[in-house]
Order: sequence, then C-alpha cells, then structure tokens
Amino acid sequence: MINVAALTFYILSGVLLTSAVMVVTSRNTVYAVLFLILAFFNASGLFVLAHAEFLAMILVVVYVGAVAVLFLFVVMMLNVELGSLRESMRRYSLIGGLVGGILGIELMGVVIAWNTSPEALDLTSAPLVNYNGMSNTQSLGNLLYTHYALIFQGAGLILLIAMIGAIVLTLRTREGVKKQKLGDQIGRQAKESVRLIDIPSGSGI
Amino acid sequence: MISFYMPDLKHIIPEGILILSALGILMEGVFRKTGSSASFRRFSHYGIIALFLALVVLVFQHKTGEKWVTFEGQILQDDFIYFAKILILIGSMAVLAISLPSMMKEHIVSFEYSPLILFATIGMLLMVEANDFMTLFVGLEMQGLSLYILAALSRDQITASEAALKYFILGALATCLYLYGSSLIYGFSGTTNFQVISSMIRIESTGGLSIGLFIGLIFIMASLSFKVSAVPFHMWTPDVYQGCPTPITAFIAAAPKVAAMVVFLRIMVSPFLLLYADWQSLIIFISFASMALGAFAALRQTDLKRLLAYSAIGQMGYVLMGLAAANDEGIQAVFVYLTIYLIMIIGTFGCLLCLRGKGFEGVQNIEDLSGISTLHPKMSFTLAVFMFSLAGIPPLAGFFAKLYVFKAAISAGLFGLAIVGVLSSVVAAYYYLKIVKVMYFDDVPSSPAVTYGQVLVLSPEMTVVLNICVVIILLFFIFPNPVLEMAQRAALALPI
Repeated sequence: MINVAALTFYILSGVLLTSAVMVVTSRNTVYAVLFLILAFFNASGLFVLAHAEFLAMILVVVYVGAVAVLFLFVVMMLNVELGSLRESMRRYSLIGGLVGGILGIELMGVVIAWNTSPEALDLTSAPLVNYNGMSNTQSLGNLLYTHYALIFQGAGLILLIAMIGAIVLTLRTREGVKKQKLGDQIGRQAKESVRLIDIPSGSGI
Repeated sequence: MISFYMPDLKHIIPEGILILSALGILMEGVFRKTGSSASFRRFSHYGIIALFLALVVLVFQHKTGEKWVTFEGQILQDDFIYFAKILILIGSMAVLAISLPSMMKEHIVSFEYSPLILFATIGMLLMVEANDFMTLFVGLEMQGLSLYILAALSRDQITASEAALKYFILGALATCLYLYGSSLIYGFSGTTNFQVISSMIRIESTGGLSIGLFIGLIFIMASLSFKVSAVPFHMWTPDVYQGCPTPITAFIAAAPKVAAMVVFLRIMVSPFLLLYADWQSLIIFISFASMALGAFAALRQTDLKRLLAYSAIGQMGYVLMGLAAANDEGIQAVFVYLTIYLIMIIGTFGCLLCLRGKGFEGVQNIEDLSGISTLHPKMSFTLAVFMFSLAGIPPLAGFFAKLYVFKAAISAGLFGLAIVGVLSSVVAAYYYLKIVKVMYFDDVPSSPAVTYGQVLVLSPEMTVVLNICVVIILLFFIFPNPVLEMAQRAALALPI
C-alpha cells in the first residue's frame, strides 16, 4: 500500500525540480517563464500538502498572477540576446561550478550534521497549540495584526519607499505633451473655438 | 482567543515623529508646487526639524541605566542603543544641512530627497533597536532601499546610475545572505529573538552546538561586513562613493555606517557572545584585511571620493578591532571611534561640498584642491584639520579614537592586530597629508582649462555644521568626558 501523501510529495517536488532546471536551461526565454509558472504551481501544491493553504493560495495569486506575468512582459519587451548570455555563462561556468560545488558540499555537511536545540520544538509548535481550531488564514491574520504589528507596519513602509522610488526614478515632466484637461475641455464655449467664415461661391479660402 | 497586550507606544514616539513628518512632506510635495530651489530648501528644513524633534523626545524620554523591551520583545532600548540612536539622528541631520546648497547646484531638487533621508533614518533606528532577526531585517531593508533610491536620484548621470545599480545588486545579495543565515539560526533555535537565542546557546554550550548555527552566523557576518564595507565585502564602496552625487555619498558614508557597525556589534555580543572564541578569529581577519587594504589601496587614488572610500574601509577596520577585543574597553572604544568618525566624515564632505569649480561643478580630483589655501584660507584650514584628524595626528580627536581602540586591543592580548593597526595608520597618513600638501604647497593651476575649487559656496547651515565639527575635533582632548562617559555606559549595558 503506497502512501498517497508521500507519492504526491514526490511527484510535486520532482516536477518542481525539473521545471526549475528547465527555467535556467531552456533556449527560449518565454518557455523559461512558462516553466517558472509550472514551478510555482508545484510549490503551492507542496504548501497544501504541508497544511499551509493560505501560503499556497498567495503563491498562486501573487507569483503566478502578478510576478510571472510581469516577467513575461519584460522578457517580450527586452528581446534578450541569448547568445551573448550563453557566451558569458560558458566563460564563468568553471569557476562558478567550483564555488557552487564547494558551497553545496558544505551545505550537505550542514544538513547531515543538523541538530536542533531541545527547546526549539516547543517554541516552533507554540503558536499552533494556541491557534487550534482556527483556519490557516485566520491564525496568520491574528499573528500579523497583533504580535507582529510593528514588523507588519515596517513592511508596509518598505513598500511605500519602493513606490516612491519607482515614481522618482521614472516620472519625467516632458514639454509639449497634450494631456486631457476635463475642466477646460467641458468648459469650452462654441464662440471661442468655432469660427464662421462666409465664403462666396466659386472661390476657395 | 489569543492573549494580546497593547504594546507601549510611548517608546516609539521618535520613530513615529519621523514617519509622520516624512508622510507629511510627501503630501505637501504632491499638493504644492515643487521643483524650485526655494521649495527644496523648505523641504530640507522640515526634515531637519523633524529629526531634531525626534532627538529631543529621545533625549528627554531616556533615563540613564533604564532598559525597556516592547512589542513582544521585538525592540528594546538601553544605554547602548540610546547612544547609537543619538549618533544616527545627529548624522542624518547634519547631512541634510550640509547637502542643501550642493544638491541644488547638482540640479537635484526633487522633493523626495528629505523624505527618503527620513525613511532611511527610521530604518537605521529600527536596525539598532531590533531585538529580533525579523525587526532587524525590516530595518535593514528600509534603510537599504532608501539608500539605493538616493544613489540613483541623479538619473541623468551615467556614473550615478552605474553606482546605484552596483549598490542595489550587491545590497540585494547581502540581504539574501542575511536571510539565509537567519533562517539557519531559526532552524537551530526555533526563535528569532536575540535573548532567547542567547539563552539557548548558554544551555547548549555544554553539549554540541549545531553546525547550522555557525554557518548561519557566518552568513550574517558576511552580510553585515557588506553593510559596513569591510574587506572582503568592500568592492562596491569605491564605485558607489565615486559615482553618487557628493551629498548622497556623504549620507551613505555617515549614519548608515554607524548604524551597521552598531548592529554588527550587537549581533556579535548580544546573542552570540558565548561563541566568542569562534567568531573572534574571523573578526580579527576582517579587521586586519580592512586596515591593510584601506591603507595601501588608497595610495594611488587621484579621485577624492574614491580615496575617501578606501579611507572608510580602513576606518571600519579600526572599529572592528574594538569588536575583536570584545571587552568593555573595546565596546567603549568602538563608540568613541564611531562618534569621532561621524564628525570627521561630515566635516570632510562638508568642505568638499563647499568647494566648487568655475561652473559650480564639484571638486573631483586631488589636483582640484591645489593652491586653494591662498584663495580660501579658512576653508583650507578646516579641511586640513579634518585630514590631520583622519590621519591621527596627536592633539586632534582622530588620534584619541585610534588610541582607545589600540588600548582595548592590547588589553585583550591582540598585540599583532594592534601593531598592524599602528603600521597601517602610518601608511594611511601619507595620503591624508598629501591632500594638505596639495592645498598648501602646490601652485594654483595656471592653464585656464583646468577647473579647480576656486568658488566657495556657503550656506548658513553649512557654516554652523562645519564650525561645530571643527571645534569638536580641535577641543576633544580638553573635554573628552561627555563622549567617554556615554560610551562607557553604552558598554556597560551589554552583557559582556
């Protein structure tokens, strides 16, 4: 009897890893973005498996709905030269692979020798006990707006700063742009803008 | 139901003042006519007033020796953090004051300048008062993001855009390192609170600690070394210093460095003090490499701001020497050093901002200063004072900053590091004194094509700030006690 949850986990994570590799290696950048979307869907499946429904839905809504679509636009607008990218990738592949490999081996060592402090389990499971009987979204909201109110507001300020930055860096006031001015347009009188000219028949203006 | 207590909001009044005034300035900028020099001046004044108000509230609220924790242990304040906050507020205020005329000369009059400085200051305050990895992250990001935008503010200059992009990408990388490191630490301890982590290490230190904790700590050290621009994470500094408009370089060099260094100190000493034996060797290496690189790489620089960047790398090496000592004396020395560093940096950049070429363009190279002592004797004297102080010539404040750090290193038994520090400060003296030599002994360039600092642009704010800085640097050796006592109280507040 195969464990259904385990089977789902392996399928989801297998597809996730394959599509992540495809994002980096595929020749066509649009395909790369589509593989990214596939990766997002599988990751959200993993979240559902871990009983984190809210995170799963947010991942789909934010990353697939907004970020990936934005990526698609950027990829289509920028017309990235893959040839030169590949050239530089070849140039740095040896040293990059070496550094990455060493880091990977070290991190494997970390995972193998991993141990947590005995109190850690109590600490990490503490909120779950308190929030028993609440839905995922409700308990997250409760935490965010009470215990983490300061951090939540700080994150809001960071978003505001990002917005200011986007406006400061892109907004330019240009000369000679024709804009809609509703008040002026509606308030125009016929005698200001229409000129009646008597033209005798047979002659031009 | 969840038990929840309303946090004591009176503790975050200074931050609240800054947030409200930043939002207010943004609102006024939207609804009133902007873009002129007069409006820019007005907005900067609002910023200075807001920072001053926050400083007054902070000073009147704080009682010596008092310690509070609020927002469920996410932020705290004691004498240590109080001193850091004062330095940050004063640094931001002074930079806003000295950048006034020069920002207008560089044609950056967007009203977002002073709100962004305020937001960066809020981020720095949040960073230093953080008692939790999450609060620290929010503070770091708030500060970092504002700085990236400020660096990119003069978007028509190609060098500024390049500098901003480098700063942004490398800053994002440092953020990733920080997040990964703190997630590893969370994985070990199950909490992000500094005090709980500290107690956990105390319990665990008899048995084996997780290797993940060490790796996490190293990742966080790498990210903070990036923020303080210590070797081997210093590469961005010269390019960013050189590329950004000078007022913004002054801001990046002043308060954020102090804030990042205070956070570095706090992380090392508050949650991870018991791992002292493990991180000390790393700090010694970073300190050693920064001092050496700061001394030798700056020798061949011709660009003033690049030179100051290498000088900043070296200075951070000296500060880290105090951290490597990790005793009361070391922490005290770090604070004395940071205070004097802040004053010297603000003064130096203030002088550079005043001196302009014929077309009001800023001075770029060391040669631009040649012979200005005949034109502006007072200004060259001021700059010479700061250069002597940076070089560490005895009666000036910079000498005492270095002296305390060396004393702390020797009392902790780090003789090698102290010797390297003395030697590299001798090497570094060469390029500081070279600037003085160019100002006083070189001839005024005769060819009319050469532009150099012959026009002096002064504003009342600039005069006030420069005078205060010079007086402090000159008279520190007579009245060192206020700074020393505050630094000592700050050191005593830490569990060292």
